[in-house]
Amino acid sequence: MLKPGTRLKSAVCDAEFMIIKAGDSDTLTCGGVALDESSDRLEGESDKMNGCLIGKRYINANESIEVLCVKTGEGSLYCNDEELMTKDTKKLPSSD
Amino acid sequence: MNIALFLQMAAEACPDRPALTHDGKHYTYAQLFSAAKRAALHFSATNCKFVCLLDTSSPATPIALMGAAIAGIPYVPLNYRLSEEQITPLLDRINPAYLISGPRNETYDVDGWVVQNSADFLSDVLNGQEVEVTWHEDPSAVAVQLFTSGTTGIPKAALLRHEHLVSYILGSVEFMGALEDEAALVSVPPYHIAGISAAMSNIYACRRVVQLPDFDASAWLRLVADEGVTSAFVVPTMLTRIIKEIDAGKLDPKAFSSLMSIAYGGGKMPVPVIERALTLFPGVNFTNAYGLTETSSTIALLDPDDHRAAIDHDDTALRARLGSVGKPLPSVEIEVRDEDGRQVGPFESGEIYVRGPQVSGEYDGRSVLDADGWFPTRDAGYVDNDGYLFLSGRADDVIVRGGENISPGEIEDLLHQHPAIADTAAVGIPSEEWGEVIALTVVCATGQTITEDELRSHIREHLRSSRVPEAIHFASELPYNETGKLLRRVVREWFKADED
Repeated sequence: MLKPGTRLKSAVCDAEFMIIKAGDSDTLTCGGVALDESSDRLEGESDKMNGCLIGKRYINANESIEVLCVKTGEGSLYCNDEELMTKDTKKLPSSD
Repeated sequence: MNIALFLQMAAEACPDRPALTHDGKHYTYAQLFSAAKRAALHFSATNCKFVCLLDTSSPATPIALMGAAIAGIPYVPLNYRLSEEQITPLLDRINPAYLISGPRNETYDVDGWVVQNSADFLSDVLNGQEVEVTWHEDPSAVAVQLFTSGTTGIPKAALLRHEHLVSYILGSVEFMGALEDEAALVSVPPYHIAGISAAMSNIYACRRVVQLPDFDASAWLRLVADEGVTSAFVVPTMLTRIIKEIDAGKLDPKAFSSLMSIAYGGGKMPVPVIERALTLFPGVNFTNAYGLTETSSTIALLDPDDHRAAIDHDDTALRARLGSVGKPLPSVEIEVRDEDGRQVGPFESGEIYVRGPQVSGEYDGRSVLDADGWFPTRDAGYVDNDGYLFLSGRADDVIVRGGENISPGEIEDLLHQHPAIADTAAVGIPSEEWGEVIALTVVCATGQTITEDELRSHIREHLRSSRVPEAIHFASELPYNETGKLLRRVVREWFKADED
């Protein structure tokens, strides 16, 4: 189960993620390989290596899943075979 | 989910960028993150249940905040200006603690506690080998505990959990959104929610923080010029003093041309002050931020475009927006409700309720959220036709005269526009006939005078006869606490003293 706050590592690159929101049965992959809490390095699928960027939030089309990238990597993030996209957020003026 | 993730990400993305400037010394993100990890080890090695900072701003502020977060121990910054009589009962409520104190408060030494002065703490954590620490990752753990200022009674301990603070930052700040040469001047004290949010949001934006431990208008202006400060947060009293300093010294605002934006909040901003500020700093983006401790800081914003639209137009509705706190953040809902809990329409006054993932609404383990997650702010206000929120004061400050609810803000806003009046406060005092009547305190502008009769007829002419004060008191200044909150309790006592 992917609880909010869970930290996961890519098995194919340096990327790391933190779960903001996810369903019980969601499966996340990076570069085609399941995310893990360990750091074994495997070969990614070449068509799933478009990269992910630190500080970006990744969501699926219906926003049932949201993941924060906390370390940049070369793999791209998928949830249940759907490629996740970056969440566009309204830029707010700094209030602090 | 842990607020220290913000510092880890900043140290990952830009390790060598300056994160903090204090007393002319710079610290990078990598240095702060290493120090926070060492601090977490120090805290975890003790049996402390709280990490308490009793000092002005210093590098110890972000390091203790983030170190405590990594260790999963609540961070409790206390007001270093409080008297021993006020501090002791607060310390009793955070037992046992790891206490980091500054020169003003070094006398505290509690049995079974680790007590360290800030300088020793800093030299311990800023030096040494890189350490690996196990992170505490429970999103519902308490990250920060802040004691409310206690202007109406015993201070309450507001609890902010990691999930609330993380939601606030992710929802309002873009990671690494700051350019390399940006610098934010932080002059709010560490024990104020604005101090907590300034530390977190500037770290997440990777913006250098320039600390000013004890606010002083000339020191503030000097730091802006010397450090090339690009943004700042101020409470209304600070902005008033900054303007006074510029006007009195006939300083050229061009000397402060690095300044791109100023955010203000923490109390009601008098419209003439913000108008003057907009004129003095035409190139600066002003943002009014409305928030509470219990909501992890900002919940509504009046943005720079709203400010410009207001100052550029003669249209009354647009112009009036300078007195507004703007619109809710995208992740926050706001409702105004009447005494029966029903939502009211535009321009109808009531109590402001707020809901969203950043809203904690919890004191000492007791939640005051209703069944649907709404937090009653105890702030009174209304929205206009376009959803802009206006505050009229604390719900507890409303004067009930013969069954009629009168907001002190209504009278104060009118008088703030009067050239002979520098500052003013309206409070309710007990009356046998009316239940409560209005008592007004007035501070005259330098070289100006106004009589009681002139005040009464001015109010009668512009408002209603029920708004005319029963008692009037002239004072040389009004009592504010150090973060700009008007102490109405003290003003009420003045009238009691007048009677005796």
